[in-house]
Amino acid sequence: MDFTSLVFYLFSAILVVAGLRVVTARNPVHSALALVLAFFTGACLWMLLEAEFLAITLVLVYVGAVMVLFLFVVMMLDINIEEMRRGFWDYLPLAALVAVLMAIEMITVLAGERFGLAPPSPKPADYSNTRELGLLIYTDYVYAFELAAVILLVAIVAAIALTLRRRPGRKSVDPAEQVKVRRADRVRLVSLKPQKAEAREEEA
Amino acid sequence: MPDLLPALPEIFVLTLACAVLLVEAYTKNGYWSYALTQLTLLGAAVLTVFTTSADTVYAFNGLFVDDLMGDVLKLMTYLAAIVSVVYSRTYLTDRGMFRGEYFALLLFAVLGMMVMISAAHFLSLYLGLELLSLSLYAMVALQRDSKVATEAAMKYFVLGALASGLLLYGMSLIYGLTGSLHLAEVAATVDFRNQTVLAFGLVFLLAGLGFKLGAAPFHMWVPDIYHGAPTAVTLFLGSVPKLAAFAFVMRLLVDGLHPAVGDWQQMLAVMAVVSLVVGNLAAIVQTNIKRMLAYSTIAHMGFLLLGVLSGSYAGYSAAMFYVVTYVLMSLGAFGMVVYLSRGGFEAERVDDFRGLNATHPWLAAVMAMMMLSMAGLPPFLGFYAKLTVLQALVGAGWLWLAVVAVLMSLIGAYYYLRVVKVMYFDAPHAEPLVPATAAGDVRALLSLNGAAVLLLGILPQPLITLCAYAIQASFR
Repeated sequence: MDFTSLVFYLFSAILVVAGLRVVTARNPVHSALALVLAFFTGACLWMLLEAEFLAITLVLVYVGAVMVLFLFVVMMLDINIEEMRRGFWDYLPLAALVAVLMAIEMITVLAGERFGLAPPSPKPADYSNTRELGLLIYTDYVYAFELAAVILLVAIVAAIALTLRRRPGRKSVDPAEQVKVRRADRVRLVSLKPQKAEAREEEA
Repeated sequence: MPDLLPALPEIFVLTLACAVLLVEAYTKNGYWSYALTQLTLLGAAVLTVFTTSADTVYAFNGLFVDDLMGDVLKLMTYLAAIVSVVYSRTYLTDRGMFRGEYFALLLFAVLGMMVMISAAHFLSLYLGLELLSLSLYAMVALQRDSKVATEAAMKYFVLGALASGLLLYGMSLIYGLTGSLHLAEVAATVDFRNQTVLAFGLVFLLAGLGFKLGAAPFHMWVPDIYHGAPTAVTLFLGSVPKLAAFAFVMRLLVDGLHPAVGDWQQMLAVMAVVSLVVGNLAAIVQTNIKRMLAYSTIAHMGFLLLGVLSGSYAGYSAAMFYVVTYVLMSLGAFGMVVYLSRGGFEAERVDDFRGLNATHPWLAAVMAMMMLSMAGLPPFLGFYAKLTVLQALVGAGWLWLAVVAVLMSLIGAYYYLRVVKVMYFDAPHAEPLVPATAAGDVRALLSLNGAAVLLLGILPQPLITLCAYAIQASFR
């Protein structure tokens, strides 16, 4: 076993353990932290495959931004994890059996080194993954890139359309309306008849 | 600088979909968005007609293809979208959904379908599908206070994400095998020395396709989503995307994996037979007309797969003719359900159609035409659709499949005829079924829809020829 394989198995073991912790941890914060570890180890594996750009993006975007947000949300919400996980251990034997059977079936179908396909040849040391990706995204794959942007736009529209509620009786004020207000809107002059005279008339 | 001209309709729809968002933000009046949406779809139709040619043009480094089949399907998509928007106007107004977001999402969904129809690359196929699905999830959930709609959206989202995962896994395996994501290159370099990986990838691809088409055994989501979604959304998602789904199947299996035709034929045969059996048998026991039509969709998708799996030009054009026919019929049928619904009342039970003939003979006649056409009775369009598919099947030597299909259609005729029986022979409801505010243009369009199913059934040849010509020109 060469050094690369050793590193690969080390990272894989950490990844599997972290993945299991995500679903078995009692405390949701621990789950989220285990997910951070899983992402980071996954990034290390990608690094081994010479995909530096993807690895760095995974760490920057998922670990750096998404998971921090996730942690905030998990800490803010009062989640009763026992309630949510009720039945986890009851279903585990059956689920594990199905998973093991599926894994065995797939291994028997795909037995053999890399499905019998030839491994890709390694790139020279000065080959920059990031540079190549950048070139491709804005030239050959600009169509796909723009489409991905449209999908993000749809996600924004959907999220706003589904969650924005204009409740009646809201107390917020519209500054434009406030500025436009005129005296006549706020003050109403009422001319009242003299009260005493009226009362006297009734008596009469 | 990429050649943008072939993608002109796509660019037009995208620009105006963003404009609809702005219009909504500034006017807060649904009618402007509604009008702009209709104009967008009409404009896209005009652009598509003017950029049509019999040649196949590739653009964006081979991610995009503009061919005759794509153009015909796109025109049908615009037409179906326009009709569905008109049908659903009153329904949406009654339920407070007549807003710009609905129309913007609808236009984005149409854009997703256009991308799928014109895809020549795994990436554009997948991105188009996601654009369509994401818009549809949001449209289903748009009626936020309805528990059924939210549940339907949740189910649709989770199962749709699972299906996308399966599809992506299959694509990645095929990519590993061929080293290319371009469908044409995949077809040229499929490695037959490694049958295992090819078949393995194909299984995942077809499972994902089955989910998206709603073919059994991947059909579980269809009845729940059709039932739970607001009827106007069901009308849209039950009809228009089927055209894009057909294009998706054709691009993936015929453009990309034609060398593996022997493998996918058998898998499609299983899916088609199961769809026909499950769809037709389960539809019999439904009392909700939306659920009934959902199961009938599953059966129709089985028929569509029968056309594709015959693996010949005759089969492909029969399948295309079938899908166009199906879209016309389902627009009419769901359109009627939407038309008869009103504020606070959904005409979604079969029982709600009781005695429609006594009070509104013309509406009953239109609905009866849709039902008889779906059942495949001559002289309606649905008969010729089924006939051409069966001809292609027998021509390709799949006699037993044709026999199964005919038997299942016979069983299926029962539940379509039940709707006709309820409308014509049962006593009407005491309260009037048609809302007083029913719009005249909807009524006229429904009549036109019914007339189209009848007239095209009497003279089906132009449409059949168009489909055959489009397929011949695109898959030489």
